[in-house]
Amino acid sequence: MPDFRFFIYLAVTAGVTYLIRMIPLVLVRRKIRNRFLLSFLYYIPYAVLSVMTVPAIFYATESLWSAATGFLAAAVAAYFEKSLLFVAASACGAVFLVEMLIPLLG
Amino acid sequence: MKQDFSRGIRDGLPICFGYLSVSFAFGIFAVASGLGTLEALLLSMANVTSAGQFAAVPIIAAGGSLLELALIQLVINARYALMSLSLSQKLGNDVRTRDRFLIAFVNTDEVFAVASGQKDAVGRQYMFGLILTPFLGWSLGTLLGAAAGDILPTILVSALGVAIYGMFVAIVLPASKKSRPTAVCVLLAVALSCLFYYVPALQKIPSGFAIIICAVAASAVMAAVRPVVEIKEEENA
Repeated sequence: MPDFRFFIYLAVTAGVTYLIRMIPLVLVRRKIRNRFLLSFLYYIPYAVLSVMTVPAIFYATESLWSAATGFLAAAVAAYFEKSLLFVAASACGAVFLVEMLIPLLG
Repeated sequence: MKQDFSRGIRDGLPICFGYLSVSFAFGIFAVASGLGTLEALLLSMANVTSAGQFAAVPIIAAGGSLLELALIQLVINARYALMSLSLSQKLGNDVRTRDRFLIAFVNTDEVFAVASGQKDAVGRQYMFGLILTPFLGWSLGTLLGAAAGDILPTILVSALGVAIYGMFVAIVLPASKKSRPTAVCVLLAVALSCLFYYVPALQKIPSGFAIIICAVAASAVMAAVRPVVEIKEEENA
């Protein structure tokens, strides 16, 4: 069962996330005009997702080889602009195949 | 407007199916990191955000600092502020203030994308329909992943471990293909990330802070050098 400590963590995580989404939607009705801030907000999701993905993705599976193949599969599928679901499934499928093959080769 | 609600449900279903698989991976990840099944489910139901939750789990599992947790959520989810801002100008006149409190709760990347893609202003019934099944899919997938993670063979868990990263690649790569400054920003962010990961002196910095420092630095540099105001203004028009 979750303890008291967990609920503190839960409240902080959910509280911050909700306030970020809620405050602009409820309070701010006029447009942001600051060029730097607008540009910063445009870049930030891509920067955050990139930082979280590389190099972490290479250590997310049982072997570096399967992870690298999974990354490559995702990159190819994403390059051809497949759906989120398809890209994620391609990465998983590639990892699965390589990890099936590794024992056979080794 | 029962019709609008049904239309929202219909548009939300593809998001729901996508979320099932990603939240399944989150459930596995959370339990593998040391969290309980109920804890994983509560995190998903209270947050409804992929990247933020994935970043929160290691900090919670390690008993990390609350400041680190709050800051990482702030930075990772800062993009939602812009989406909510944009969405606030897309909502129809029938959307009351108390409706906005509810819609904000499930304003995910995908919900925002679908709502913005509508030709006209979106009403409250449409938004309620749109957010309902993604929320249920996100919660159910987490529960199943957390509960099944223990029974599944290691090889399957290993394969599903890359699902979330695959989704991130699917968001970042097409955008980088279309815009060179975005690609430069991504490369800069990745270079900084590797620096923090591999340079011994920098490894002591908690990963949550490292993500914030790398992402903010890369974005700030690019915002100063290559402002992209025109893109966002057109989107809001």
